[in-house]
Amino acid sequence: MADPMLSVSGLETFYGRAQVLHGVSFDARAGEVVALLGRNGAGKTTTLKSVMQLVPPRRGRVTFRGQDITRWPPHRVAKAGLGYVPEERRIFTQLTVAENLEVGRQRPREGAAPWTEAALFDLFPNLAERRGNLGKALSGGEQQMLTIARTLMGNPSLVLLDEPSEGIAPVIVEQMAAAILRLKSEGLTVLLSEQNLHFAHAVADRAVILEHGAVRFDGTLAELDAQPQVRDAYLSV
Amino acid sequence: MGLILAQLLTGLANAGALFMVASGLSLIFGVTRIVNFAHGSFYMLGAYVGWSAMQVLPGALGFWGAILVAGVIVGLVGAAVEMLILRRVYAAPELFQLVATFGVILVVQDLALMIWGPTDLLGPRAPGLTGVVRVMGEPVPQYDLALIAITPGVALALWYLIAKTRVGILVRAATQDREMVGALGVNQSWLFTGTFFLGCALAGLGGALQLPKGGADLLMDFTILAQVFVVVVIGGMGSLPGALIASVLISVINVFGVAYLPQSTLVLTYVVMVAVLIWWPFGLLGRAEVAGELGQVGAPEEPVRPAGWPVRAGVAAALVLLATLPAWGGGFALVLATDILIFCLFAASLHFLLGQGGLVSFGHAAFYGGGAYVAALLVRHADTPMELALILAPLGAGLGALIVGWVALRASGVYFAMLTLAFAQLLWSLVYQWGDVTGGDDGIVGIWPADWASGGAAFFWLTLVLCVGGILVLRHAAHAPFGYALRASRDAPLRAEATGLDTRRIRLVAFAFAGAMAGLAGGLFTFSKGSVFPNELEIARSFDALIVVFLGGVKTLSGGWVGGGVFKSAEDLLTRFDYWRLALGLLIIAVVIAAPEGIVGTLKRLARRQGGEDR
Repeated sequence: MADPMLSVSGLETFYGRAQVLHGVSFDARAGEVVALLGRNGAGKTTTLKSVMQLVPPRRGRVTFRGQDITRWPPHRVAKAGLGYVPEERRIFTQLTVAENLEVGRQRPREGAAPWTEAALFDLFPNLAERRGNLGKALSGGEQQMLTIARTLMGNPSLVLLDEPSEGIAPVIVEQMAAAILRLKSEGLTVLLSEQNLHFAHAVADRAVILEHGAVRFDGTLAELDAQPQVRDAYLSV
Repeated sequence: MGLILAQLLTGLANAGALFMVASGLSLIFGVTRIVNFAHGSFYMLGAYVGWSAMQVLPGALGFWGAILVAGVIVGLVGAAVEMLILRRVYAAPELFQLVATFGVILVVQDLALMIWGPTDLLGPRAPGLTGVVRVMGEPVPQYDLALIAITPGVALALWYLIAKTRVGILVRAATQDREMVGALGVNQSWLFTGTFFLGCALAGLGGALQLPKGGADLLMDFTILAQVFVVVVIGGMGSLPGALIASVLISVINVFGVAYLPQSTLVLTYVVMVAVLIWWPFGLLGRAEVAGELGQVGAPEEPVRPAGWPVRAGVAAALVLLATLPAWGGGFALVLATDILIFCLFAASLHFLLGQGGLVSFGHAAFYGGGAYVAALLVRHADTPMELALILAPLGAGLGALIVGWVALRASGVYFAMLTLAFAQLLWSLVYQWGDVTGGDDGIVGIWPADWASGGAAFFWLTLVLCVGGILVLRHAAHAPFGYALRASRDAPLRAEATGLDTRRIRLVAFAFAGAMAGLAGGLFTFSKGSVFPNELEIARSFDALIVVFLGGVKTLSGGWVGGGVFKSAEDLLTRFDYWRLALGLLIIAVVIAAPEGIVGTLKRLARRQGGEDR
């Protein structure tokens, strides 16, 4: 098997003196969709932020395409090909949809066709007619699409998606799942955090379950289905 | 009619330089969240550099070339300041960076003094534009008309850059959420440096452009700073169109004020500002700031604890030593110790607001100087005895703070800070221009303590008791239920409201309390010097207190008086040398970089590490 695209080993992350991650390790291989599952406060968002170096881990290592990116500044991580889609969406509300996309734009990556505004409007048709609107005028679902589209403008080879199905209407959730599968079919690797097991089932190849900042399960979704006690212990409310 | 038009044109011409400086300040604040106190210094630097360049470059081309050169050089200096100093302190608590920019003010003042000397420089006149044009019979300088033509050009270019280019889009994005911009692959460092370059270049350009009208002098930095703060607050922080409108408004009001109400021009400006802010708390075109929306909530606050016994014993020993000072120190030591004690109380009162209340005031001198003037005016006009004056000074200052706070607390964050500055300036201009009552610039002299307290030692003891008492009362308030409620309002206003705390009233009481303590310090100051001048109400005085509070450590209980003591002593030591501002400025910058938690905060951290308690 080829080297994993992203390798996370022994992450220990703190907010002030409070330790949130207690040695998180897992891999994501090229072209795979990996779902980070777990309850509220299990450490999913922190894991993604630590991978992105927005909250640098105190101990542990993040390797991306063979390079140790631990403690790089986030802009360098992004330039290396890691795209980050935050949970709170954080679109620029005072900028138009087109301007939001412009902020995300980066030079094309070698060997891959670059994302263009037109291609993204094809992926998220709702955004096309909102091109000149300010970010604050968008609905929650449109904002969620915009934040993903904005990250794709940087032509990442791996996308970190924080809770893509949270707080949006069921019909949009379906569109979101379709979009993720489309990204996978184009060869992108996706690491997403999720509370919704159904959504994970629809899009992910593998699941990594976190609880109290540590990995409790790492395997395919089929393997997870075969162990209902794991699901009951770490996922059900 | 002709006269009015001519005055209007003069006002518009004056608005040019003001707009450039204000838009630069606004831009820098928008992207980096730094309130650049040194912006006036860059304006001054622009005037001096432009003046020197005009001596070398010949003719009309040389004149305009010199202005551009001044803009570029000042921009580069600004970029250097950002890279060498500010870049190291972005992670420090909010607003801490302004301390570093204050250090820059001091350094620039002395460098300008070294290079260009103490004499005011007369600005050269623009070749080809030295005459006047008759507008409806009234003379209008040609250069004024040129400025009126240039300003919209600069504004338009700036608008194009911000609205239409990729750089402008990134700047606007960073204004809203700079962490996210970084996560999208944009190197913020260069964005920040670039913004500083542009903002400072605009200030330099403004300084050089006004040379034919105003020349260059060493007081320009604070003069323009006061006006620029007014402009950005009226226009709205971060809004360029707002800065343009407000620059024109203020300049025109000034010109007409000088013509028709010469005694009250300064007052008029600040009255307009306060009026605008009562209707629009965030300026004409600014928008409300939501706390934490930028993802920059600082590290969690440490809970406050009573001092342990070693600290108490140390403080007690120091107090005993201090109380016996008249026995072993000279007369000069007594005067110095009195000064330091008064300043410590002043700083501690501001520290209470900042540290416990999270309320950053840029105009705390209003209450210190206010207390000083209450005491002086009572003695001068009502023959009030010292004892009564020292009671009424804090009461008067507290009452003033109640009124100011009632208005200013409608806003929060940097708008609150600017509002307090506006009120302080309003008071200063009132005192400065109402000469019949306050003596104006000549101050009030001959205010001496009562007979029993007039010896050096007696007054020192009085000061010691009142200042240490005041500081202990402030400290006690922090440990009292009121302190808990105030910190709750600071950390989680919504939750505090939900538990039944009236956060607005709590803040107002805290503001009045801190104002009263500053007033007590001011009253003592008047009697210790026997006089009071408008300087005690100046921006510089407010900044002094602000700087020492930040340097002492905002997030500690004793940062205020410790910072006050250390820096008043350092200042006394340094002012004996030529170019002491340079030394003090560098010292401040060094502390900012080496100890971003302030002196007390850093000492605490070192002590903890020694004890092995912290990782």
